[in-house]
Formats: sequence, C-alpha cells, structure tokens
Amino acid sequence: MEKKYIAYFSILLVGLLFISRLFYIQIINTKYQPSPLNNSAVAVKYDYPERGFIYDRNGILIVANQPSYDIMIVPRDVKPLDTLEFCSLLKIKKEDFIKKYKKSRIYSPRIPSVFLAQLSKSDYAYLQEKMYKYKGFFIQKRTLRQYPIKSAGNVLGYIGEVNNALLEKNSYYQQGELIGINGVEKQYEKALRGIKGVKFIQRNRFNKEIGPYKDGIYDTLAIHGKDVTITLDIKLQKYAEDLMLNKRGGVVAIEPSSGEILALISSPTYDPNLLVGRERSKNYTKLYLDEDSNPLYDRSLLAQYPPGSPFKIINALIGLQEGVITTETPFYCRGGFKYGRSSKAFMKCHCGTLGSAVKLNRGIYKSCNSYFANTYKRIIESQTTSSEGMKVWSDHVKSFGLGNFLNNDLSTGVKGYVPDDKFYNRMYPTFKWGASTTISNAIGQGEILTTPIQLANMTAIVANKGIYYTPHIIKKIDNKPIKIDKFTTLKRTSIKPEYFPPVIEGMFQVVENPRGTAHWSRVKGIEICGKTGTAENSHGQDHSIFIAFAPKDNPKIAIAVFVENGYWGSRWAGPISTLMIEKYLNGETKRPLKEKKMFEGSLQDEYDKQLLNQALEKETK
Amino acid sequence: MRKRRNSIFAGIDWTLVLFFIVLVFIGWINIYAASVTNTSGEILDFSTRYGKQIQWIGLSIVLIIIIISIDAKFYERFSGIFYIVSMLSLAGLFVFGTNINGATSWYNLGFSSIQPSEFAKIATALALANFLNEPNKDLSNLKTQLSAFLILLLPAILITLQPDAGSALIYFTLTFVLYREGLPSYYLAIGFLAIILFLITLSLGFTSSIIIIFSIITLFIVYLINTKKYHLNREWPKVVSLYVFIGLFLFSVDFVFNNVFEQRHRDRFNIILGENSDTRGIGYNTNQSMLTIGSGGLTGKGFLEGDRTQGKFVPEQDTDYIFSTVGEEWGFIGSSAVIIIFIAFILRLIWVAERQKSKFSRVFGYSVATIFFFHFMINIGMVIGLLPTIGIPLPFFSYGGSSLWGFTILLFIFIRLDADRTYEW
Repeated sequence: MEKKYIAYFSILLVGLLFISRLFYIQIINTKYQPSPLNNSAVAVKYDYPERGFIYDRNGILIVANQPSYDIMIVPRDVKPLDTLEFCSLLKIKKEDFIKKYKKSRIYSPRIPSVFLAQLSKSDYAYLQEKMYKYKGFFIQKRTLRQYPIKSAGNVLGYIGEVNNALLEKNSYYQQGELIGINGVEKQYEKALRGIKGVKFIQRNRFNKEIGPYKDGIYDTLAIHGKDVTITLDIKLQKYAEDLMLNKRGGVVAIEPSSGEILALISSPTYDPNLLVGRERSKNYTKLYLDEDSNPLYDRSLLAQYPPGSPFKIINALIGLQEGVITTETPFYCRGGFKYGRSSKAFMKCHCGTLGSAVKLNRGIYKSCNSYFANTYKRIIESQTTSSEGMKVWSDHVKSFGLGNFLNNDLSTGVKGYVPDDKFYNRMYPTFKWGASTTISNAIGQGEILTTPIQLANMTAIVANKGIYYTPHIIKKIDNKPIKIDKFTTLKRTSIKPEYFPPVIEGMFQVVENPRGTAHWSRVKGIEICGKTGTAENSHGQDHSIFIAFAPKDNPKIAIAVFVENGYWGSRWAGPISTLMIEKYLNGETKRPLKEKKMFEGSLQDEYDKQLLNQALEKETK
Repeated sequence: MRKRRNSIFAGIDWTLVLFFIVLVFIGWINIYAASVTNTSGEILDFSTRYGKQIQWIGLSIVLIIIIISIDAKFYERFSGIFYIVSMLSLAGLFVFGTNINGATSWYNLGFSSIQPSEFAKIATALALANFLNEPNKDLSNLKTQLSAFLILLLPAILITLQPDAGSALIYFTLTFVLYREGLPSYYLAIGFLAIILFLITLSLGFTSSIIIIFSIITLFIVYLINTKKYHLNREWPKVVSLYVFIGLFLFSVDFVFNNVFEQRHRDRFNIILGENSDTRGIGYNTNQSMLTIGSGGLTGKGFLEGDRTQGKFVPEQDTDYIFSTVGEEWGFIGSSAVIIIFIAFILRLIWVAERQKSKFSRVFGYSVATIFFFHFMINIGMVIGLLPTIGIPLPFFSYGGSSLWGFTILLFIFIRLDADRTYEW
C-alpha cells in the first residue's frame, strides 16, 4: 500500500515541478517573452521620415536635407552583366569594379553593402532607368544634413549613429540609426526626427518573409520631423565668426528683453558640412585631434575665464545695494591700492587719476582698481565678520546667474565659479582672512570664473536693470512659438532696480567719454554701454574682454566677448563687440577700416609662442 | 453473448476513455496549428500532416473496437507470442529497416512507415505481466530478478542498437513496476544514487566530485562511529568497498562520458548542466522551444496566432516539440491545464491498476502508467529545458501513426482487462 502512495507522490511532484517551470518561463522571466520588436519571428522594417529643417530667427534656412544615393550590392544575387556598360554608367574603371565586388563579397555575400556611395542627382536619374538590368544591385536613398550657410557648427551640432550606451537606455533607437549628437540637433532631437514608421513582417526560420505580421495591425506610418526655428541671427553669427577668425575665444550675444541668444560663437569654429555623411568620422577625427586650437571645444559655453574688469560692475551694484557707497562716495587712487602692510601688498591701477577723488562714474569708465578695491573692502567689512560679509557678497553675485548652470537649452555647459565664505574658510582654516586676502575679487581676478554666456547674461541683466530671462536657443517648433516655463518666467537679482541707472551711465561713459577705456570703439549714432576687461592668466598674454549692450535705453542686444591672449580689452574684444552691435542694429558698419582690421587680425603668432613656451617648459622639467 | 457484451460496456472505465478523447482532441488541435500553412485549409486534406493524423485517429477507433471485442484472456495467453514477434520485428530492422534521421527504427511499407519500437512496449508490458503472474515468482529472489530484467533488457538493447537510446530508456523505467511487485527498494535507491552521482560528476568534473563525495561519506561515517552505531574495527571491509565502488563508478562515468559518448550526446547533457550555452548549434532546439513557450505569456496568443509556430522556428514542432505550440498559443493557463490533465490521467491509471484483482492486470496497468508517465516526463522536461534532448513522443499529442496507435493499444488493452476485473481467471 505504501508503494502506491510513493507513485502518487512522485507523479504529483513532477506535475508541480513542470507547472512551476512553465510559470518561470512564461510569467517571470522576461527573457523568454519577446515583444514583436525583438521577436525573431517578426522582421521589423522602418520607414524613416525626413528630419526637420532648422531656421534662424529671421526665417533663413540654416539646416536642410540633401538626398544621397548609394549603389548597394548583394553579391549572392549578382548575375552575369555587361560590366563595360555598368562601369561607364557609374563612371568607374573595370579594375575598380572588380575590387569593389571582391570587397563586398568578403564583407558578406548575403547582406547588402555599399558598392558606390553618394551618386550625384543627375547620375542617379540616368541610372535609375537601367537598374533593372543589374541583378543584385539596387539604389538606396539616404538623407544627409546640409548647411547652406557655413556657420554655427557649435550651436547646431551634428547627427551620427546612435551609440551603445544610448541604445540600452532608449528603446526608440535601433543599431545604426541616426541621432542628434550635439547642439540643437541633440536638444531638439525629438521634434526634429519625427517618428519613424514601423512595419512588422512575419518570417519563418529561414528568415524568409512570409507576409505582414497579423495583417499589419501593429504597423504605423512615419510622421515627418518638425521644423525648428532658433533664436540665432545667422547673419550676425556668421559676421562674428568672421571677426573672430584666427583668434581664439567666445562671443555670446543675447536679446535682453527675451533672453534669446542671438549669436553664440566659439572660435576657431568649423564648417558644419564637414560633419555630414561618410566623411564625418574622418573629419571629426581631424578636428578632434587638433589639440592646440581645439575647434570642437565650445568656448562660448565651456571655457571658464576670470571675468576681469567687467566684474567691477557687479561690485559697484552690490556696494550701492548694501549702502556702503553712494554715487558720490569719493576714493583716492594713488596709482594703486595698498591692502596690506608689506610693500608687495599693492594692487596697481592704471586709471591715472592721481590727486583727485574718484567717484562711481569715473571709477567705471576709467576702470579704477583702487575705487573697486575700496568698495569691495567696505562690502566685506560691512558685516560683523568677514565670513558674513563674504556671504552677503557671494549671494549677490550668484543672483546674476554666475557660479552655476544657467539651466538653458544648450547641449553643454559648465558652472563657472563664485567663491563664498565656506570656500575661504576651507582655504584658510585658521579663519584669518578678510577683504585684503581676497582683494582680487574686487576686480574680477581672484577665484571667480565665468563663461562667455554667463557674462553675456550678466550684461543683459544690467541692461534690463536687474531682471532677466534664462538665455535660450529655441524660438519656434513647427512654426509655433514655444512656451517653456523656465524661459518665460522673469528672474530677478537681489539688487534693487534704482541702483542700476548710475552704473549704466558709467558704462555709457566707457565708450562715450573721450577718456573712457573703450572710446576707440565708439559708434556714431548708437548709444553703447560697455566695459572693458583685461584678465591676467597663467598661460600667456592677458585675455581681451568686453561686455556691451545697446542702445542704452530699451536695449536690443547684450554682448560678451572673450579673446584669448588678446592683450587688453579695447584691443580686440571692444571693436568686435561694437562692430557686432552696429551690424545687428544698423545692418552694416560705417567703420570698414576697423572691420577690416578685425577680419584680418590674427593672434596665431601669440598662440604659437605659447605652444613653444609650453614645450620648452616641459623640456626644462 | 448479448449478456456478456453488456457486461463489458458496463465494466469499461469511462473516465479513462474520456481522458483519451480529450488528449487526442487537444493533441490534434495543436498538430493542426503547428502544421497548417494556410488558414483556409481543408481539415481532411490527407496530404497535410493534420489530415494524416485525422486518418490515424479514425483508424485507431477501429483498433479500439477490435481490442474491446477480443476476450481479455487472449492478451494473457498470447503475450509470449506477442513478445517474440516484437523482438523479431526489432531485430528485423537491421536487415529490412529504413534509416530516418540517423536511426534505423522504421519499416517502410510504401504508403507509410511503421516504427516497431512503439509496439514493442506493449508486448514487453504484456510479457512482464505474464511472467510475474506465474505463481511463486518472488522478486526478492535473485533468479526471478534476473529473468525479469532480461525481459526488459532484450528490447532495450535491440532499440539502443538502432540507435534510439531515448526509446530504450523507457524499458529501464519499467523497473518501477518491478519495485511495486516486490523488488527490494535498494535497487531503486542505488539507481537514484547512480543518477545523482552521474550528474555531479558531469557538472563538477571527476576530481572535484570525488573529493566532495568522499568527504561527505567520511563525515557520515565519523558521525555514525561517534554515535556508536557503527564499529570500524568490525565493519571496515564494508567501508573500504564503499569507497572503492564509488570511486570506480565516478571514474567510469567520467571515462564513458568522455570516451564512449559521441559529441552530440555530451552536448545534450552539457546544455542542461549549463556548460554549453550555444543557442545556435546544438542548443538551438531547446532554446527556440523555450522562447516559443515563453512568448505565450499568461494567456497565450490564441489558436493559430502563434507567430513563432507559424514561422516554424522550433524544429520537429509537430512531433517531439508539440508542447511548445501549446505553450505559445494557449499560454501558461493552457499548458498548465495540459499538464494537469496528464497528471490526472496517470494518477487515474495507477488508481485503476491498484483496484485489479488479478496480478496480470495490475502489473500490466502499472506498466501502462509507467510508460505514459515517463513519456510525459521526459518529453515535456526536454521541451521546457529541464532534461537533455531525448527524442521521444508526447503520448496522443505528437504527430505520428505508430506512436498514436501504440499508446492507444496500450491504453485500451488495459481498459479491456479492467472491464473484466470482476472475473477471476
């Protein structure tokens, strides 16, 4: 009797085991539950829509598509053909034909490969009628990006094959598909790409297609990519790129009333047409390997420079806000500012106003170091401890969008740096630090780092008297103005609007006053407010910096220009800014000589010298 | 005469008949799904596999009527002759057989092929029942044991030589019937132990497994000595021979596997032991069948909606791998239901076998249950990736006349015997 139960038990056990195994493969383990997309019984064919165009703010087409025709070959299907005629149609030699055929055979006899890439449109039209004769060959149409204006490569970005890391994250993309890799192409990929159409086709185990899967109920149609309008003024962009020729640096222009980016230049730049189609990887490598000028590095967004004298504007505003100075507070400049007991503790000043008192207005247009050192000292010392004073100062500075990501819609960016009390407490653990120790902050030289776009935004804020919209590049999608909250909410600094006019007046004098530091860059008929900057750096000559906005009332454009190793602010950055302003507001310049000088001016010698010095330094080490 | 016939019909176990009808019906539905090429196909199109299967099913009804009509005593009386004829038909394969898929297991009759090993099971089951039915056959007696094993071993050897090791395996499983009839339980224990040691050796290799197994035994013996249940000074020869036997066994497994087995046999084991994850070569069948079953999910894709079945991804899907069609089209619910039906059917067979008054009927019933159970276990275990690839059919499901008839005859002879259970002959 007992044995009977052993039998019953074993049979039930096997049944239970089988059902749990089925539960595992059918319910738990997703590896065994392929969706139609990765089911090997179903072939998935995609129908790729045309990618959307990109226009500039004035409706000028800047990115379009061009059809490209490749002759494809499936070696296994090739039947004997009239090679002579075929070669003459393709305009290749017979030896080439044999070489290409062998190459494709080695690649795979079954899988289609490119036999001859990128036929011209006229060749294609002619060939198309004859293709039926050549079994095993077919023409595949692809669309490539085309850039009618050779400009703004850094802003537009490029498209390329999607990489493996993204393939794992995003199920929309399949191996070998194209995706926006940088710039606008990356940021607005979803709008530009449209939605690919899908066809599911039933296959048998020999991979032979035996008809539509489930009569095509899962199939979808492709949806055309949307056109995108960006805020860039492509003419201004191109103009600025030409002005920056042979000079390294970044230029950013913003429309203060909206935060729209009018121009975003990183110099040296490259022709975006280089990163298209089959030549892309070759050219990319070339650009990538150019380590000295580094054209792929977007200086307008990524390069962090000390802001130099333009930063004095911020110190003036903080001084006024904190009540430590008024427009009438006088400071005496004795060729510099002595901030410590030792004779070395002396900050030189080149303003040249010996003897008479420097007030706010002159302090700005003469860029008096002593004036701002005194102001900064008063700000830091306005609180009971340096720490608290530094915190007040740092918070004000940060309210100008410095020291942090702007949170814009550009594909890349860095934070820059604004020091605060915690930073100095860490740097000087004994807490013996004060205004004197950090005095270089007064003139934008110390630990502060800004990117050109941050500085342009700061300029726009001053132009707007304390308010701003986050700088952005998108204007319209599918010709509909877009409303993105973060770009349409007004932001405020911690400085009251009433403190701005005297500072703006000082900036106006920088250009307008014959003794102003940028009088040389004055443009007749346009009220430009600016501030020069000359930032010391460890690599070589000082950087040439200029910020400006115009017109003074109801400003239309705010600009920040960094020219690496450009000696001083008014030498390169000043004229470039004012020429851009002139071009943007008037459409042309009345200063052709200055324009020519900028176009032709080169700092290449300076960069070569730097390179040489670096090499020498390495050698001596 | 009239009275007698009535009593036969009254004695028939209709539950088993119902199981038969249900299994054949579900089986055919799935053969249809696995072999249909265009959905508008005519069911009775005899050029198709599902059409042919309908023919086999129809003819099996004729067989059933014949089997039921024949006197139950006939099967007992002629069991010896059946056995001899069967063995001759197996032996005859070496002369007249046709080679299909590498095994000479078929007679080609022109219009169709016949696989005698499907019928040899019946004859062997009858012969075994007849042998044990003789008075004073005691399975604790070594001579009886040897004779019984001989009955099983003869067809097993003939079939192994075809070579069709999968089908031969079924004859060894009839040892369970012997166990039910009084074979000492250590035979089964040793068998189980051998299988476990076999698998351990294959997955861990000879050296590691011998170290592990010897350590376990040593620990066990030390435990026994400590608890004074064992006295080493008296019983040391037993201990030594235990070590020697296990050592020899492991060595021979290792040797046989690496030197006697062919690569395809080794591959089949390696896949299950997870040592070979080649899903395109030898592992293709199992992998495809598991993917196909898995793709069914909870409720399945529906009848004729299995795209992997339609795409014929699983080789032999209407024969050995028919269960993957069930898994894909009917999902977890459907395939579990099939398993439950099979389990219930086999339990019913044992239950019916236990109620037999005659030893002949009981032994035969147990043999029938054992044969069905191991076909079910090995086939589905293979299809769902739990057992190595052993090509034997799923009873009543797999396409094929010989196997359908073989199982039908097996079942209905037992039903016929059961119908007569009240008579003591």
